[in-house]
This record gives sequence, C-alpha cells and structure tokens, in this order.
Amino acid sequence: MNQNFFPEYKYISRAYIFIIFMMCLTGFGQMPIFKRYYIADIPGLGWLAQYYLTHYIHYIGAILLFVISGYCAAAYFFAGRHHFRLTRSAYIRVILLAAITVTGIFRVLKNLPDIVFSPNFTMFIDISHLIFMLIFLMAAAWFLFTKSGWLMEKARISEN
Amino acid sequence: MQKISRRSFLKAGLAAAGTVGISGLALPSSLRGADQTPLATLIDIRKCVGCEACVDACKEANADKFPQPQKPFPKMYPSRVKVSDWSDKKEVRNRLTPYTWVFIQSAEVVVDGEKQTLTFPRRCMHCQNPPCADLCPWGAARKLENGITLIHADICLGGQKCKAVCPWSIPEQQTGVGLYLDILPSLAGNGVMFKCDRCYNRLEKGSLPACIENCPENVQTIGPREEIVRQAHAIAKEIGGYIYGETENGGTNTLYVSPVPFETLNKAVEKGPGQPHFNKVGDSMAHADNLAKAMIIAPFAGLAAGAVRCYKAAKTIAASADKGAQEEK
Ligand code: SF4
Ligand code: SF4
Ligand code: SF4
Repeated sequence: MNQNFFPEYKYISRAYIFIIFMMCLTGFGQMPIFKRYYIADIPGLGWLAQYYLTHYIHYIGAILLFVISGYCAAAYFFAGRHHFRLTRSAYIRVILLAAITVTGIFRVLKNLPDIVFSPNFTMFIDISHLIFMLIFLMAAAWFLFTKSGWLMEKARISEN
Repeated sequence: MQKISRRSFLKAGLAAAGTVGISGLALPSSLRGADQTPLATLIDIRKCVGCEACVDACKEANADKFPQPQKPFPKMYPSRVKVSDWSDKKEVRNRLTPYTWVFIQSAEVVVDGEKQTLTFPRRCMHCQNPPCADLCPWGAARKLENGITLIHADICLGGQKCKAVCPWSIPEQQTGVGLYLDILPSLAGNGVMFKCDRCYNRLEKGSLPACIENCPENVQTIGPREEIVRQAHAIAKEIGGYIYGETENGGTNTLYVSPVPFETLNKAVEKGPGQPHFNKVGDSMAHADNLAKAMIIAPFAGLAAGAVRCYKAAKTIAASADKGAQEEK
C-alpha cells in the first residue's frame, strides 16, 4: 500500500510485531506462571522464568517501542498525513498503546529508588497496565483477523 | 536505664531531623514517618546476648497478623505446586517462617584473638529500593515512605516472586490463606508471603517496633536513616568494625555493625532456607535505573530520526522535481 511512499514500513511493522510479542511474553513472565505451567521447562524457554532477565528485556522492548513510535509519529506528521490518514482501528490501538505506555511509565518511575507512590496508586497502575494490555491484545488480534491496517490512502477515502 | 538511653537516642534522632519537642517513649511524628523521613534501624552485633526476647516479642506483638490457614488445602494443579504449611510448626525459631519474622543467627568467630560466639537478629532488611515491592505484579508488596517494605496479606497471592527476587530470600510462604482462595485456588496462587513489617502499626501509633522495645540489651535503635548511618560509622570507627546494609542492594534501612568483617560472619553462620547470608549484594534494581534514563531519550531519538528522514526525502523529491522541470525545458 504505502510501500513506495514509506519503504521502511515493511521492516518497521515486522519489528513492531516482534517487539510487541516479546513485550507480551516478558510481561506475562512478570507473573509466576511460566514455571508453574512447565513452559519454562521447554528447552530454550528457561529464561522466561528468570524475573530479572525478563524485566530487563521488557525495559529494552519499551525503549525500542519508544524509538519506533517517535520515528513513525515524525514520518506521519511531516509526510504521511498529506497522503494518508489513520484508520479507526489505528486510533483505537494508539489510545490503548498510550494507556499501556502511561501506566508503564508510572511503573518505571515506581522502580526508581527515590520515588514512592501510595500503596493504592501502585496497585492501580500495576493492575491497569495488565488490563490495558489484555484489551490491546484482544483488539490487535481482532484487527489482524479483520486485516485492518494503520493507514489509509486519502484518495481512497474520498472515493468511498 | 533502658528507657533513658532510648529516650536520649530519640532526642539525638530528633536533633538530626531538626524537630523539637519530645515526651515519654512515644515516637514523635518525624519518627513515625509522617513527614516522609525514611527510618532505619541499627543492629549493634556486639551487644546482642542471644536471649531471643526480640523473637518472643515479635511473635506476641504480631500474633494477629499470623496466618490462620483453612484446611484441608484446596488441591493445586499442576502437581509440582507444593503446599507450604508452617501452621503446625509455629515454634520453629532457627529460621524465618510465616510465624517467625525474626530469628537469632549465631557465628563462632575470633574477636581480638579470642574465640567468641556472636549472635544477632535476622529479618527483612527493608531495602531502600526493594525489588520485592518493585517487581510484585499486583502491588501487594509495597514500600512505604517511612522506609518500611510490607506485604499486604489481603492482596498477596503467594506466588513467591518476592522471595525469588529478594537477595536474602526473606518472605516465607503459607498455603491456605488469602485472596487466591476466592479466585482460582487450584490454578493460580498458593497462599500468602509473610515477613517482618517493622511493626508498621505500632510505628503509626507512635510506639517502637516490639523487638526493639523488648530487647534488654538495646541492640537495636531506630531513627532517620541519615542519623543511623552516622551512628553506624561512629561505632565502626570506635571499634574498628564493619557495616552491612549501607550499600547492600543499593542501601537498606537495616544496618548491622560488627566487630569482625561480614565475610567472616557469613562463613560462620548457618545458611539455608529461611537463614539469610551476609554476602556482598549489588543493587538489584540498577538495571531499571539505567534503562529508565535511556527510556527518556528514546522517543526523542526516534522523532529526530524520523524528522531527518522526512527532510532528506523532501529534499530528494524537490531535487528530482527540479531536474524533471529542467529536463522538460
Ligand atoms: S532481644 Fe536483644 S539481646 Fe536478646 S536476642 Fe534479641 S537482639 Fe539479641
Ligand atoms: S530484604 Fe528482601 S523482602 Fe526485605 S525489603 Fe529487601 S527485597 Fe524485600
Ligand atoms: S520490627 Fe516488628 S515485625 Fe519486624 S522483627 Fe521486629 S517485632 Fe517483628
């Protein structure tokens, strides 16, 4: 679709899907389930039960997603939006990703040595990060199923 | 005697905190942590005689927080999930358990050429940046502004993650209590994790933690961390001693002062489940601090890269348009 206009789109979208997948895996890895349910016993998956390692990877994933988001936002605002617009499913994903990001940022802040949040707020951000992620996953799976992309050519919209 | 020295200590703490007014044994608000002062405790190993009065005091003061499990326990799947039941072994006191939040460890060492048995209380260190609380997925383990780390028994699901990430493996599990019983007891969770909560409820009311108040030898003192660190250094300097907890795991709110190096103590103490070591411990959360800095830069780096890329593309398009226009002429 927008290959000519944005040739790196293909690579970025692959990287994005891979990182989101790793974020889910390492995010779920923050809960004590992979060992209980023998998943960490599968050869090559032992690392999933190592909390510090999965936490580290989750942070690296967040950093990469920030870079990708910054890059795509710049590409969209400086160039893309003249020819494309975000689809409705893209807006839904952007909102959900923003909610995950904001709660995630608070979790990162919580882990800094000098920041103490109230116990209730801590619980709220911990649990809402998980809930937003679950909603996002369902939405993303649905959009994958319905083949809803992120961008739509403006010309096509006016034709419709 | 005991009261006088405790009072004089509190006064010293107050002077350090820059507050005035103290009466009786009640902790002033600065020591209750009401004004966000992180409090720390100092354990002077020289003074401990191993009488276990602190262990008894803890058990008595915190009896109503101890688990009262329902039996039989719900069957848990898969079978590798083991029941952890201490309810018939409440009197075990040579290690930490859900019913023993502090125990006395001992070490036979040579002090000044003389063989001696040193004893000292061991419990949660109340880390300044506690990985147990940082990494708890539900926020059941939490850090309070007054330097206490505590695990909320009504929220904890007993997954043992706090124990796994704690450098000293402090929290201890009891099956058959807590929230997991109301969710999916067979499939998720396995009780509640228990450990010293530094008597947060007593501190809130202005009392000292039970183990501190009942120690006949005044082994422990509590006060603003800065003051406790100063005091630890003063003692260490006086006796040519050593400090543990000032920098361990990025700094803890429990400091030990010992006449012998902690490597020596570490070799001499019995270590194992529920019996923590005295190893050197690096900051468990250092990776999170460092990566957080990278996280601040990341979106701007992405934006900048995207902007540069668009600028270059626009220039190329403009150049080729120019070329096209010239060729047409
Ligand atoms: S009460 Fe004091 S002297 Fe007795 S064992 Fe505890 S810390 Fe040591
Ligand atoms: S010693 Fe362990 S349980 Fe205690 S605060 Fe530190 S990490 Fe948590
Ligand atoms: S501070 Fe309180 S909970 Fe902790 S060991 Fe002492 S008496 Fe027990």
